[in-house]
Amino acid sequence: MSLSLHLPVLVILLPLMASPLCILIDRARASWLITLIASLLSFYCSVLLLQQVQITGTISYELGGWQPPWGIEYRIDLLSAFMLILVTGLATLVLLFARYSVEQEISKLRIVPFYATLLLAIAGLTGICVSGDVFNVFVFLEISSIASYTLISMGRDRRALNAAFKYLVMGTIGATFILIGIGFLYMHTGTLNMQDLAGRLPALYDNRTIRAGFAFITVGIGLKLALFPLHLWLPNAYTYAPSVVSALLAATATKVAVYMLLRFLLNIFSLDFSLDAMPLDLILIALGSTAIISASLVAIFQVNLKRLLAYSSVAQLGYIALAIGLANHSGLTAAMLHIFNHALMKGALFLSLGAMVYKLGDAELHSSQGLIRHMPLTSVSILVGGLSLIGIPGTAGFISKWYMIQATLELGLWPLALIILAGSVLAVIYIWKIVESIFFQSPPSTVAVHEAPVSMIVPMAILAAANIYFGLNTHLTVDLADSASTLLVMGGGQ
Amino acid sequence: MNPLIWLPLTPLLVALTLPLCSRWPNLREGITLLGGLGLFLLSLTQYLSAEIPSELILATPLPGYPLLFRPEPLGIAFSLLVSFLWPITSLYAVGYMRGHKEKNQTRFYVFFALSIAVTQAIALSGNMLTLFLFYELLTLMTYPLVTHSGSEEAKKAGRTYLGILMSTSIMFLLLATVWSAQLAGTLEFTPGGIFPDTLTSLTLNTLLLLFVFGTAKAALMPFHGWLPQAMVAPVPVSALLHAVAVVKAGVFTLLKVVIYLFGSDLVAGLSAAEFVAYLAGFTLVTASLIALRKDNIKARLAYSTIGQLSYIILGTMIATHSSVVGSSMHMVTHAFGKITLFFCAGAILLATHKTKVSELDGCGKQIPVTIGLFTLAALSTIGLPPFAGMWSKWWLLQGTVETEHYLLTAALLLSSILNLAYLMEIPLRAFLKPAQTATPVYQEAPLLNRTAATVTTALCIILFLLPEQLFQHFSMLGGG
Repeated sequence: MSLSLHLPVLVILLPLMASPLCILIDRARASWLITLIASLLSFYCSVLLLQQVQITGTISYELGGWQPPWGIEYRIDLLSAFMLILVTGLATLVLLFARYSVEQEISKLRIVPFYATLLLAIAGLTGICVSGDVFNVFVFLEISSIASYTLISMGRDRRALNAAFKYLVMGTIGATFILIGIGFLYMHTGTLNMQDLAGRLPALYDNRTIRAGFAFITVGIGLKLALFPLHLWLPNAYTYAPSVVSALLAATATKVAVYMLLRFLLNIFSLDFSLDAMPLDLILIALGSTAIISASLVAIFQVNLKRLLAYSSVAQLGYIALAIGLANHSGLTAAMLHIFNHALMKGALFLSLGAMVYKLGDAELHSSQGLIRHMPLTSVSILVGGLSLIGIPGTAGFISKWYMIQATLELGLWPLALIILAGSVLAVIYIWKIVESIFFQSPPSTVAVHEAPVSMIVPMAILAAANIYFGLNTHLTVDLADSASTLLVMGGGQ
Repeated sequence: MNPLIWLPLTPLLVALTLPLCSRWPNLREGITLLGGLGLFLLSLTQYLSAEIPSELILATPLPGYPLLFRPEPLGIAFSLLVSFLWPITSLYAVGYMRGHKEKNQTRFYVFFALSIAVTQAIALSGNMLTLFLFYELLTLMTYPLVTHSGSEEAKKAGRTYLGILMSTSIMFLLLATVWSAQLAGTLEFTPGGIFPDTLTSLTLNTLLLLFVFGTAKAALMPFHGWLPQAMVAPVPVSALLHAVAVVKAGVFTLLKVVIYLFGSDLVAGLSAAEFVAYLAGFTLVTASLIALRKDNIKARLAYSTIGQLSYIILGTMIATHSSVVGSSMHMVTHAFGKITLFFCAGAILLATHKTKVSELDGCGKQIPVTIGLFTLAALSTIGLPPFAGMWSKWWLLQGTVETEHYLLTAALLLSSILNLAYLMEIPLRAFLKPAQTATPVYQEAPLLNRTAATVTTALCIILFLLPEQLFQHFSMLGGG
């Protein structure tokens, strides 16, 4: 019983403590196992947390028994719990997959530090989700970001270094902006606690410093979530990072940035201020629409599949931005659903590509020719992920598209509905390019490979199956997204 | 277990079993045939019995919008039609695929069975969400059949197929579906329609156009280009899927939308419906004219299908009682005529290796059965007695006269004359013209193929004798 009181901190503590443990034990296989177990336990804690939140409502946890605002508060509402499940669940699946892939892609000496860093990244991402204090959000963001830069730089390709450096520069600018913004808010309110901020800010909405702080924070988070046109770091980072890292970042890191955006815009500030008084709704809609169309178009012309999916991610983040910009209940529900569903599809796709890289050495389009003959399960999981990305009914992707279109139509913004649908049509083109190559080209005669090992297939299959399951049974996702967005709209989340 | 589930489940089980017996072609094809026969008997007994379950909920992906099966007269007719033609086409396919020495036959039979399963689900759909789901799946399931040969030409055709069908269904049909859900709060197919009276005519007109252009499977111009391209597929695919299942799924969707979402009374008063009716009139004349100039037999038949589909669209949009009955009836009668024509085209290919109309001179004496059956099916498609095609065209004509759309009456008549010209050219050349060069001796196509074509031709005649029953069945659909 006493342990269940400390769940909010356990979620973070498990990966955070496992990280030095890896270094101490210093064995490649053992560090993989530790990482897997830590993230599995962390996932278990998240599930318990969600149950608690559903029963008792928002949980407030005082770190070290110090009362806020002096002490640090961890605060878990439905949205936090939802994000925790997403992050730790995906992390567990990716780690299940990771063993062979990492052994092959990372040089032997670096495997232990790799897992240690990965754990830090997970700790950082979970930390962002539970913090009830903006400065802590910033700290955890830095932990996860710095860990990400390191992880990306460990890619086999030497261009990974360059990609990591670019991300580092952009990411640091983003983080600095966020810090400046937080500083501005602190100057006028004298608090860093989210709830206190939410209480004191409305009186200061006309204050120029507050408005500047708001702008700094928004742009900073925009950089982190690769909001068009601040997405330039993302394609290279995803392309050259080790497969496991691409999968983890694509499925969780940008989603957590979206979570931060939602928290700041809707809880710390309020819907009326962020998306009405400030013209951010229009900006998000415009940037989101541009991202959907332009990034999808760019994706069509990619010949490296990881890069193709990276551009597709930019487009998908555009969908989420657009849905938030709609600033109504169904828009937020759609955004939340897409956060979850997109994690499922990109998880399945990037893991499949990881298996392909493991067997074939790269993720180029021409290497995928005739993949169905050698790696049927991987091929099918790419197909399912792809169909979900397009939004074929019966897949998770369809559900979020449906809600998004409904949200635009509710407001009578049918041109946006057309943009969302056009994005789907473009997705058909770039996904079908892959499908045609995998299923209908004959394989190069030199290739003789077999299906990836079971430990890679299982997480991939789970994610692919989840894409279909959450396309047919949406009780869990829709209910959660619906209640979470109700909380956000009312501004009563924190 | 709800017996309705067995209608899509039977072909699905066949599809899942087939890969296991890919090494034993006889077993594989035996299972397909048995499955087909089983499905037909199953659907027949179910629909004839009085205790047919009224509905079945498969899942509820969106709150308030379940995946729902609910049989009604139109769906029952479509389901029966496809379940009857599947075993016959399988019979034909065995002869054709072996005679033509096609590769990847197991894959062929698997996707064929999957397409049938999806078509059954379309026929049973109880709301627009279900229909949309299976409509999209049908495109995906038939795509591997279109690209079956794997040639560059087939791949290119596959891209057009997918491109036109998917982009229209995503851009227009999905939008129309979500919008309807928004406006009506339900997507359930309800006699008399679901839309509240408060909607403006601008909304309704736009919505109807979105539905019509979103349903490219109905091959209304300008979204008809995929159908002639799809003819690169093996003949059994063109016969059952691209003359019956896929294209009929298109017009079926439109009929369902008009009868059960809008209500035919409402549609009859919409100017968009009138516009679409005239566009269909334009399509059926133009397609007939193009068919006249096509030398390739399958291409000619494809344009003929485009024309005949527009008959159905035209009748649907006029939305009077006689025209709706005519449209629904045409969905069935045209199926038997057109599938026979394709069967015969395939039989000609098997027997003589000829694909062009101009090459057929004089071959009628050598393969009289094939050409003979072709002639009978052609007469049915044109709409002459004593064949089933006559009744549906009759009611369609009646519909245009009742509503005083005399231009459309003229279009229908003109098109029938053109049908006569482009279809009858084939038997006339085969029987009457002397062979241009010394031709080798041809033998009739395998018995399996001739049997299949004979059965479908017989149906054209049998249905001619049952106008009362057809009329009564489809009268249940109502109509203004």
